[in-house]
Amino acid sequence: MRAPHRWLIGLGLALGVATRPVTGGDLRDLYFGEALYHAYQGQYFDALQRLDTELAQYHRLDEPKLDTLHYHINDAEFSVGDFELNYRMHLRAGRAIKAVLEGAVDEAVRNEAAFRLARIHFQKGQLDDALHALGRIEGTVPAQIKSDVEFLRANIYMATGRPSEAVKVLEPLRSDQSLAGFAAYNLGIALLQDGRQHEAIEQLDKAGQLPASDPAGLAIRDKSNLVLGTLLFESANFERAKQSLDRVRLEGPFSNQALLRAGSAEASADHYDRALVPWNILVEREPTDVAVQEAMLAVPHAYASLNLHGRAALMYGRALDLFSNQLEKVDASIDSIKEGRFLKALVREESREDQNWVIGLRSLPGAPETYYLMELMASHDFQTALHNYLDVEDVRSKLMAWQTGLAAFDDIIRLRRQNYEPLLPGVDAQFRELDARMRLRLEQRKHLSERLQVILTAPRPDYLATADERIAGERVALIEKQLGDADSPESLALRQRAARLRGALTWRQETEYPERLTAAYQHLAESKTQVDALTRQYDAFVRTRQAATHSYAGYDVQIARLRERVGDALQRVDILIARQGQMIETVAINQLEARRERLAAQQTEARFGVADSFDRAARAQSGAEGR
Amino acid sequence: MARRNRIMNTRAARTFVIALLLCLGSVHGWAQQNDQKKNDQKQNDQKQNDQQQMRGLDEQIQEIKSDALSIAAELSQLEEKLLYPSGTQVAVFIALAKGDQMRLDAVRLQIDGQLVAHYIYSFKELEALRKGGVQRIYVGNVATGDHQLEVLVDGKLKGGADFSRTKQFTFRKEVKPKLVELTLAGSDSGNTPIALGER
Repeated sequence: MRAPHRWLIGLGLALGVATRPVTGGDLRDLYFGEALYHAYQGQYFDALQRLDTELAQYHRLDEPKLDTLHYHINDAEFSVGDFELNYRMHLRAGRAIKAVLEGAVDEAVRNEAAFRLARIHFQKGQLDDALHALGRIEGTVPAQIKSDVEFLRANIYMATGRPSEAVKVLEPLRSDQSLAGFAAYNLGIALLQDGRQHEAIEQLDKAGQLPASDPAGLAIRDKSNLVLGTLLFESANFERAKQSLDRVRLEGPFSNQALLRAGSAEASADHYDRALVPWNILVEREPTDVAVQEAMLAVPHAYASLNLHGRAALMYGRALDLFSNQLEKVDASIDSIKEGRFLKALVREESREDQNWVIGLRSLPGAPETYYLMELMASHDFQTALHNYLDVEDVRSKLMAWQTGLAAFDDIIRLRRQNYEPLLPGVDAQFRELDARMRLRLEQRKHLSERLQVILTAPRPDYLATADERIAGERVALIEKQLGDADSPESLALRQRAARLRGALTWRQETEYPERLTAAYQHLAESKTQVDALTRQYDAFVRTRQAATHSYAGYDVQIARLRERVGDALQRVDILIARQGQMIETVAINQLEARRERLAAQQTEARFGVADSFDRAARAQSGAEGR
Repeated sequence: MARRNRIMNTRAARTFVIALLLCLGSVHGWAQQNDQKKNDQKQNDQKQNDQQQMRGLDEQIQEIKSDALSIAAELSQLEEKLLYPSGTQVAVFIALAKGDQMRLDAVRLQIDGQLVAHYIYSFKELEALRKGGVQRIYVGNVATGDHQLEVLVDGKLKGGADFSRTKQFTFRKEVKPKLVELTLAGSDSGNTPIALGER
């Protein structure tokens, strides 16, 4: 008993929320933007894959505040839930949002999380949990969700059989521009549920006249008028019912039903001539539609009531042809489905590229299995089963592609190993030699640097002697050693000359010491640039060397495990596809058989109508001749 | 409540209209209506049975989806390590300037004179970009150091005029993965037609 209510009010909610962007402000995390790019195209698997990876990486960071996802973390956690719902993963949906709700976040974020969680529970049909989640909202509610929160609360009240409370919540929402049509319509339904029929009719009347321009607004306005028209029709208020039904757009999704009921309202007031206007429009429409098929019988009935029996007979004849033709089509559809062609037509990828693929499939030549697809799609069960089937089929394509991908990875690894393994020992040997030389030079430089540091506090000019001075100093020392302690005049003269030479050397080293020290520092600094370049080259080599090994080593276990997981998933998917396919075929055949029974009854009715009309026409003619 | 159900359930509403028409037509309609009720009951039983089976299958399908997502995450990690290691990885992203109404037709990218991507946009992709989505148009490998990126954008301006721009940029690849963001805008929007952001 609850399900139809939920569907009806859930429609309004879903449409209302879908128009809100997932994120606001400037995007700072490119990978989150990529997830949104996929989600906006309805590619929820890819969106989830990207966002799951991003979030997992984010939560592993030591300092997540430095990551670009930090700016969107709440939106990202919320979006995961939305994507999961859209990908029909209700069991998983909500986990990420629960984490936000239980984390240390500010009041506004926690309230938005509670709202989103409630929405997920509502869509999953967990109404008590939804209400409980809404109960966690306290304090400041972000302005952009304030109306949505109340609208959701009203929907939950309606779905849990508390219409009077829903009315109280919905009344203030009527002035909200973004929800105007939905709030007005739901208020009408809530009043009706609450037994306030007169108020409900007035409210639906208002909802049916609200200005709307977007497709969702126009659709809910049409729905308001259709429901109102049906209500008034049941109350035998045919004139007003007709007015309401006339407001439904002729090209909208509810137009066929509205035309049928508008005609019925006129017929009920014995205005058969007026009833023919909407019904004659309807009989020219898509013949697989239930309303059109009903109108095929209603039109000749109206002619008969106007005593136009000849015209009625013709129209009954046309209806008979249509029903016979449709019965053939239904039979062909059922046979074709039993032969397995229905599922093949559904999974044809080129047909799903187009947004209106279901409509497109119906016009495929030589594909009777798809004639009644639009009508089947009107059933929620069939839609769910079909979407699940297509999702699993999509998962199977992915798994098969991954299997091929894993084989390609094996090839890449094998080729890289073949290329690098013979080269690397030689490269490593050369590298070890260069590494030893480089380390030696770096050690020397370090030693010089330390020495310079030392002579800053204790000057040592001899440390800064040039090579020539050093050689000269050693030669002077050798001469002095050779001269020994001899005291001959010649030796004394030579020792004095040697002492002068040493003095000259010392003088030069002492007087040039400051310049030499500065120059030594400059040279050391200059060598740093070269050492840095060398270090960069060294690091680049080490990275490249590591990358060479990493490009083929250490993947075997991971690839083997993935291959096993993919293989296992493929097996399960194959079984599921078979079962789900069978389920779809069963649901489709059951529905088509029900349709077949109805068509057969209508065919009999038409046959009876033809005979009856001819009979009446003949009697009328003979009566006229008799007169 | 009973009345409400009649209104909500379109099938029931249709049945009501059908029944009304049949009643107006002939007595034969009443018998038909009884048959219809029996059929409806049969269909409801069948429907409940189908729904139960569907629920069971639905849970299994959700499990397999979850497994597939987990495999996909591990595979993408493996792919990144194997094909685009961080030391050489460069990724180029395309975004549209906020509120820009340009109709983006195609983007062509050259890195160091080599054509690396030539992408033609579908309506759905363009809408996704307009809503704020970001497309990863290219992932590849380059050595560390400076590189030339040439971007060619083709499209139509809001007024219908053709729009084509080419721009060269230099980006520097370092040890970490390089993310290059190109924000595109029509020349009539007042924004730079091709703006580079590096991360």
